[in-house]
Amino acid sequence: MAIKEIYNSYDDALEGLNNNMSIMIGGFGVQGGQPTNLMIALRDKNIKNLTLIGNVAGISMITGYGWKDSDKDKIIDQSIFFKNKQVKKIICSFPIPAQRVPVSEIEKSWKNKESEVEIIPQGTLAEKIRAGGAGIPAFYTKTGIGTIVENEKESKIIGKEKYLLEYALNADVALVKAHIADEFGNLIYKGTSRAFNPIMATAAKLTIVEVDKVISSKRMDPERIGTPGIYVNRIVSKFNEISS
Amino acid sequence: MKYPPKLSKDQIAYRASQELPENSYVNLGIGLPSLCAKYLETNRNITFHAENGILGFNEISDKNNQDENLIDAGGQFLSPNKGISFFDSAESFSMIRGGHIDVTVLGGLQVSKNGDLSNWMIKSRGIGSIGGAMDLVSGAKNVIVTMEHVTKNNDYKILNKCDFPLTGIKCVKKIITDIAVIEVVDEGLLLTEIAKNWNYEDVQSLTEPKLIPSDYLKEYCTIN
Repeated sequence: MAIKEIYNSYDDALEGLNNNMSIMIGGFGVQGGQPTNLMIALRDKNIKNLTLIGNVAGISMITGYGWKDSDKDKIIDQSIFFKNKQVKKIICSFPIPAQRVPVSEIEKSWKNKESEVEIIPQGTLAEKIRAGGAGIPAFYTKTGIGTIVENEKESKIIGKEKYLLEYALNADVALVKAHIADEFGNLIYKGTSRAFNPIMATAAKLTIVEVDKVISSKRMDPERIGTPGIYVNRIVSKFNEISS
Repeated sequence: MKYPPKLSKDQIAYRASQELPENSYVNLGIGLPSLCAKYLETNRNITFHAENGILGFNEISDKNNQDENLIDAGGQFLSPNKGISFFDSAESFSMIRGGHIDVTVLGGLQVSKNGDLSNWMIKSRGIGSIGGAMDLVSGAKNVIVTMEHVTKNNDYKILNKCDFPLTGIKCVKKIITDIAVIEVVDEGLLLTEIAKNWNYEDVQSLTEPKLIPSDYLKEYCTIN
């Protein structure tokens, strides 16, 4: 079986990432399931003109959304890439909070025409990514019929219902968060921290996974594996039981 | 014009909670709809679904017991319920799109007389968040909207035609507001309940389409 490269440094784990790349960022937009340390490293890498793909785009830093009260001073979300002017475009389902003030970094960047924001219904976004990873180029869905999501899309009547044609979504890189990995890249997730992580892991050319800890495959329970190692290229963690 | 006092968000949420059938799978939207959970009697068998990938939970408010891996789509921390399960976003929306969710309760900015819903973008802002709302209104078997009957400036929110960008067409089955309960039927909007001290004319004056009073029109059933 293929042994994966295990990194200790988040910065090193991003080796080879460049300007103009498309990058999926896993999780839901809340604290759990977000590859927070990889995101900080990506900001510090300062590469530009990126296309980001993620579900909730940047709500937490202005609303506290989905972060524990005890960690409120450590909140990180995708706003950091907009503040640092690294984003050409973001593809997401939930870019801004309902309240208008204070204005989020993403809304500012959109208003100033620095970044393009493409908003996709969440289930369609998830299925586009799943399809991308599964080699299905497109699919039909009734989500968005009669709304602006329908604009200029092909449609088809199947049975008596109208459906929209939606295309698969892939990326150059996926940054994923899981709880545990083994040296073969098998991943275990925890609770609601799955969200977009397992599907994004399948849909990118290079999948980099931040985990709470790396354990030996001898201790891995194969019944609990959420993402098989075939989808994983790099693993990064500060806690590696194999090396210690 | 002087109107009687309106119902509170909690009173709306209580009323909406009475719509949830026994043994159903229910997705509650962010904000007002999520309050419904707190008014379910403890013996009710209702399984809550959240888009981020969980079935079977209770909301918690204990700030000392927050688990970052146990959270709903509104960013609230949860406690597990009997029969809890976790899954990824694609699976979560297969449940929604595939018609496995019995009821969704959502907030609304505007609802039209034929049940069109606008709830994701205020037109003048030019940007908004769709989230899971479009999938929910096209996939769930029953769509209930809870909202204030009019805006703060007394502008209609129940209209002949929505002028904000749509979330879905002909999808809303029932509208539960702070003054009335209205069913969307083939003939139009059927007024079934009116809040205490309100009358038909008052409710109609705050509603653009003509309301059809139900033969069984009664007082809005909620908590004090």
